[in-house]
Amino acid sequence: MTAVAETPANAGTVPTIEVTLRIRRVDPEGTEDSKPGEEYWSQFTVTAHATDRVLDALHKIKWERDGSLAFRRSCAHGVCGSDAMRINGKNRLACKTLLKDLNPARPITVEPIAGLPVEKDLIVDMEPFFASYREIMPFLMTSGPTPERERLQTPEQRARFDDTTKCIMCAACTTACPVFWTDGQYFGPQAIVGAHRFIFDSRDEGQWDRLEILNDKAGVWKCRTAFNCTEACPRGIEVTKAISEVKKALTTGEI
Amino acid sequence: MAEHEFDVVIVGAGGAGMRAALESSQRARTAVLTKLYPTRSHTGAAQGGMAAALGNVEDDSVEWHVFDTVKGGDYLVDQDAAEILCAEAVDAVLDLEKMGLPFNRTEDGHIDQRRFGGHTRSHGEAAVRRSCYSADRTGHMILQTLYQQCIKQEVEFFNEYYVLDLVLTEDPQAAAPGAEVAVAGVVALELSTGEIHTFRAKSVIFATGGAGKVFKTTSNAHTLTGDGMAIALRAGLPLEDMEFFQFHPTGLAGLGILLSEAARGEGAILRNSEGERFMERYAPTIKDLAPRDVVARAMANEVREGRGAGPNKDYVLLDLTHLEPAHIDEKLPDITEFARTYLGVEPYTEPVPVYPTAHYAMGGIPTNVQGEVLRNNTDVVKGLYAAGEVACVSVHGANRLGTNSLLDINVFGRRAGIAAADYANATAEAPELPGDASEALAARVGQLKATVGTTGAERIAELRKALQETMDRNVQVFRTAESLAEATGVIEEIKGRYANIAIHDRGSRFNTDLLEAIELGFLIDLSEVVVAGALAREESRGGHYREDFPTRDDEKFMVHTMAYVGADGVRLDHKPVVVTKYQPMERKY
Repeated sequence: MTAVAETPANAGTVPTIEVTLRIRRVDPEGTEDSKPGEEYWSQFTVTAHATDRVLDALHKIKWERDGSLAFRRSCAHGVCGSDAMRINGKNRLACKTLLKDLNPARPITVEPIAGLPVEKDLIVDMEPFFASYREIMPFLMTSGPTPERERLQTPEQRARFDDTTKCIMCAACTTACPVFWTDGQYFGPQAIVGAHRFIFDSRDEGQWDRLEILNDKAGVWKCRTAFNCTEACPRGIEVTKAISEVKKALTTGEI
Repeated sequence: MAEHEFDVVIVGAGGAGMRAALESSQRARTAVLTKLYPTRSHTGAAQGGMAAALGNVEDDSVEWHVFDTVKGGDYLVDQDAAEILCAEAVDAVLDLEKMGLPFNRTEDGHIDQRRFGGHTRSHGEAAVRRSCYSADRTGHMILQTLYQQCIKQEVEFFNEYYVLDLVLTEDPQAAAPGAEVAVAGVVALELSTGEIHTFRAKSVIFATGGAGKVFKTTSNAHTLTGDGMAIALRAGLPLEDMEFFQFHPTGLAGLGILLSEAARGEGAILRNSEGERFMERYAPTIKDLAPRDVVARAMANEVREGRGAGPNKDYVLLDLTHLEPAHIDEKLPDITEFARTYLGVEPYTEPVPVYPTAHYAMGGIPTNVQGEVLRNNTDVVKGLYAAGEVACVSVHGANRLGTNSLLDINVFGRRAGIAAADYANATAEAPELPGDASEALAARVGQLKATVGTTGAERIAELRKALQETMDRNVQVFRTAESLAEATGVIEEIKGRYANIAIHDRGSRFNTDLLEAIELGFLIDLSEVVVAGALAREESRGGHYREDFPTRDDEKFMVHTMAYVGADGVRLDHKPVVVTKYQPMERKY
């Protein structure tokens, strides 16, 4: 990635740069150059703007060079959670990572997120991830008659679980977790974030059911506080802190 | 090929689709087919809130909300539908709260409300706090909450199944008026395998969202390619009011990423290069909180008259610098982060460059207030429903008010879900799917895949770019007969070139190249209908502004456009607007 524009850019115009992407790929059906299921690397050098997203560079490759490159994406601004991938060894959203924020001297490596079965190129099977989320009963549980108006909740009570409501289920945290990589049973950080969002919601009455699930051998005690999840979260959620709060609730019996 | 049978098939798993599924799956055997995982749907990108006259923080009334919606839509709104929308709004919000949606709260614990464009008290006197919200990620919280409830109810999803054909018992254009036309099912492509599936169903609900990708600068996701609208059109059904497209005033300049109107609801101000709060000239009473069509036009006009900011004078500025950083962090955390991430601008201290961005299709598949799809001005297709942005009820008329779309998906998604299940339960058996139901799709896929390796063929991305650029240049905020004629010519040319495209992915699994080729076909068809409607509508109303016809013409054009596509191209017809209470008046803010 070297600057092409020799002269300083005019104010307001962004210089173009050449950027090289090394992409880890696999095609279950095989291609002209690879056997079915065989992993290989593709390298492309494209002209882009420094302010472009990694997603823009991937699109440029797909649209101009190799239409078979497969990846998921939708909103392109970090809210839908489709395009989590491993970029230069770190889990990030391709649409929220700007080229200028990566090391310009070396090729940018792009790989699928780890720990989930790869389906094709950068697309992984998300089903095990969503299955873990479903297990923690991620919905409001209440008893008694349904009130006529809204249930009351003070701004302070609402703030208690605000951080974990931001989750977009991109799986960046879970697939950055070394325990998740090696232990097929572990729910992973995202499911705990999903549980935290309800456990600390003053309206919810299912917290002890959920805590019991998380107290299981596949639950929170697997967490070794590596902080990879917190670092990976593109929404800035303090994932490790949320997990610690769940652990504390289990230890003290208090929420 | 695999065959499935359900009572109700819902196509799309955004807000409208999942709200429908929660009703339908309680009553009938329901499947939800979705191109994207449900949580990826673009409902999740909606920010500012959901309108309802709860009156939690100040006096409000359903009647004021109806009036604002009708006036905001420049009197093209069907007023019976708007009455339902606003009356059911209160329960729609309370239902979501009971499902667990974490709304922001007032000090005494009730759902907090804030101001939004075009929502007023006493018929336009001043802005009113009507938007129920969750910071600036209300859509995200609605999508999450509905998905969580779908998990609780064990709704059956077919994720990454891309519906591409709608099967009806008769050709709806050939069938005589009054004759019965019913739905029989849909045909879908399973993206992970490339396998074709047929779904026979008594009821089908289309909830596939919008078509923002007909434009280049848009707040919409890459996946919003108007699939449902184009599939309906190809099945012989009309589309209503497609010339009315909303350009949201505050897209991040050059990128189109949405910055919620909630910013202005919380006090942000639009300024031109001279630092002037220019909305005072265009909407003296509610200024920056005028409806989106008014604000977008004002912004485009400031730029056109040379008062744009920046080195190329091609945007205006959204100024939040007078707001407390703590207030911004609490109420507008996401959109200020977008400004930092994508433009490198710090909204605490610097104004944010903004320009109108294609945002919302007011038009769509015509339905009645039960969500039943119309095949002409009066006859419904039995068992076929549509809800959300893909549909045109019409509650938004010529211009939708902010926060009325999250409301729309909940009110009419619910209604469609109930109606579809009731119809299915009253129907002994779904019509037989013809034996060749999947053949058209198989042929189309086969044809596209046969192009792999073709030399000298057209590229998908190049054609899409040419299409989107002509739409941006000629069919955006300002339109003329001349600009629309140019767009017509370009679209025609692109259509010809589309016949010669080639894809590069020879595989069956996750062939997203094939997917983009199909999506481009939809975009071309829809662009044609948008432009045809815009050319024929020789007046200015709401989001449709013709510089060569700058005033509203109620005598000739207070009618809905109904566009049909047949062998001879686009045919336009009219449908009367339902007026119950409000006669058209001059629209001033």
